[in-house]
Amino acid sequence: MAKYLLLKHYRGAPAAVNDVPMDQWTPEELSAHVQYMADFAARLEGTGEFVDAQALSPEGTFVRYDGEGRPPVTDGPFAETKDLIAGWMVIDVDGYERALELAGELSAAPGAGGKPIHEWLEVRPFMVEQPTVIE
Amino acid sequence: MNESLLRELVPVVIGVLVRRGADFAAAEDAVQDALVEAVRVGPDDPLRDPKGWLITVAWRKFLDAARAETSRRHREIRVESEPVPGPGESADHTLQLYFLCAHPSLTPASAVALTLRAVGGLTTRQIAQAYLVPEATMAQRISRAKRTVSGVRFNQPGDVATVLRVLYLVFNEGYSGDVDLAGEAIRLTRQLAAMTKHEEVAGLLALMLLHHARRPARTAPDGRLVPLAEQDRGRWNTRLIAEGVDVLQAALARDRLGEFQAQAAIAALHADARTAAETDWVQIVEWYDELVRLTGNPVARLNRAVAVGEADGARAGLAALAELDPALPRHTAVAAYLHERDGDPVTAARLYAEAARQAPSLPERDHLTRQAARINAQLRG
Repeated sequence: MAKYLLLKHYRGAPAAVNDVPMDQWTPEELSAHVQYMADFAARLEGTGEFVDAQALSPEGTFVRYDGEGRPPVTDGPFAETKDLIAGWMVIDVDGYERALELAGELSAAPGAGGKPIHEWLEVRPFMVEQPTVIE
Repeated sequence: MNESLLRELVPVVIGVLVRRGADFAAAEDAVQDALVEAVRVGPDDPLRDPKGWLITVAWRKFLDAARAETSRRHREIRVESEPVPGPGESADHTLQLYFLCAHPSLTPASAVALTLRAVGGLTTRQIAQAYLVPEATMAQRISRAKRTVSGVRFNQPGDVATVLRVLYLVFNEGYSGDVDLAGEAIRLTRQLAAMTKHEEVAGLLALMLLHHARRPARTAPDGRLVPLAEQDRGRWNTRLIAEGVDVLQAALARDRLGEFQAQAAIAALHADARTAAETDWVQIVEWYDELVRLTGNPVARLNRAVAVGEADGARAGLAALAELDPALPRHTAVAAYLHERDGDPVTAARLYAEAARQAPSLPERDHLTRQAARINAQLRG
C-alpha cells in the first residue's frame, strides 16, 4: 500500500476548465459540489482507502528567520506566483495508478452550471517507511 | 493475561467455531470480541486454560450474535447440538485460515489486514497503528475482506504462493511501533512452516530470519542507514542466523528450488562472512543467476549487477547494468556506486544526487545525499 497526498490549490495550479469563482455559483451548485466531496470521502472510507482530509484557510503567509527580532512576513516569495493550497486529502491505495484514478474522480466535482470543474489536483507520494529489506 | 499466547490461539479458536457451524466472518468477529474481554480480565487473573476459556467465551459471543438475528434461529439450534471437535484438527483449520485470508480475490492490502487479524490475532486498532491509517479505515478494509471471502468454502485447499506473498508484504513493512510487523510476519511464518513441509515456506522463513538478524546493525542510533559493508557484524543476531541457515539447508536438501530459497541463500552468504571483504561474491552471483532464471524479476537483475561489480570488478558491473531499464528503482544509485568504484567521482557524485531525489524513503534519501556530499567535498579538497 502506498499513501498519496491529493492537493487542492486555490491558486498556483493551472486554471481549471470550468474556472468560475465559487462566489459566482448558485447555492445549489455549491451544495452539489460540497456533497460530491463528502460522498467521495465517505466512499473511500468504505473501501479502506481513506486516511485524512482537511480544508485550509485561504490566508497563508511566508515567514523566514532574519536574525534576532520579529521574523519578516510576506504575502509570497513573488506576488505574481503566490501558490495557495485549499486543502488536502490523504489516501492509502494499492498503487500509483489507483491514486491517479481517484484524483481524476475528485477533479470531476461539479462546479458552475453543475458541470465538472476539471480542476488540476497535485498528486504527491508520501515518503515510505524504511523497508526491512534494502540490500 | 499473556497476550502473545492468546494471539497464537486465535486461528485455532476460529477453526473450532467454524467447525461447529459458524461462518467465517461471524467466527472471526466472535473471537475478536472474546479477545477484548480477555484484555479486560487483565493480568491479575491468569487463566489456567486459556484455550478452553477463549473457545468458551468466543462461542458464547457467537451465540449472542446469532440469537440477535431471529431469522437465524434454526441454524442456531443446529449448531448448538454440534459436537466439540477433537484436538488433532486445529492445525488443518489454521492452515485453511491462512489460505482463506490470502485468497486471490482480495487486494494485497485487504489480504494483509485480514491475515493479521484472523491468523495473527491483532486487533483492528493495532493493525491500523502499524499501517498509519485511521482505525475506521482499517475496520472497513477488514469487513470488506470478510465479505469478499464469505462465499469461499473454508475447506478448500489454497495456493501457498499467495500466502507467502502476503506474509512477505507484512515483513517488508517493517514498521516498529506498538506492533513489530517484521516480528509478527516471522511468528506467522514459523507457525505456517510447522503445519506444512512446503520448501518455499521454509525458504521464506529462512529469508526473514536472516534479514531480521541483521536488522540491529542496519541503522545507526540517529536513524542513519548503514550500508552492508559498513555494518558492525558484532551486532548481528547469531542465534537467528544459525536458525535461518538450518531452516534453509533443510529446505535446499529437498531439491525443489524456489525464489525464496534462492534469496535466503544470498542472505546466508552475506551473514556467513565475518568481514565484508570475506563475502563470497562469486557464489552470490551464481545464486542471483538462479534467482533471475526463476523469476526474471528486474530487481533481481539489478542486484545481480551489484554482485557482478563486486565479484568481477566495477566495469563488469556497469556492463551488466547497461542491459537493464534505467527506470528501475535504485538503478541510478547502483550506477553511482559502480562509477565511484570505477574511479569516476564526478559522474558518481552527480548520479548520487539524482538517486537521492528519486529515493522513496527518508533514510535512503539522506544516505544518498550524504554520499554525493562526501564525494563533492573530496573533489573540492
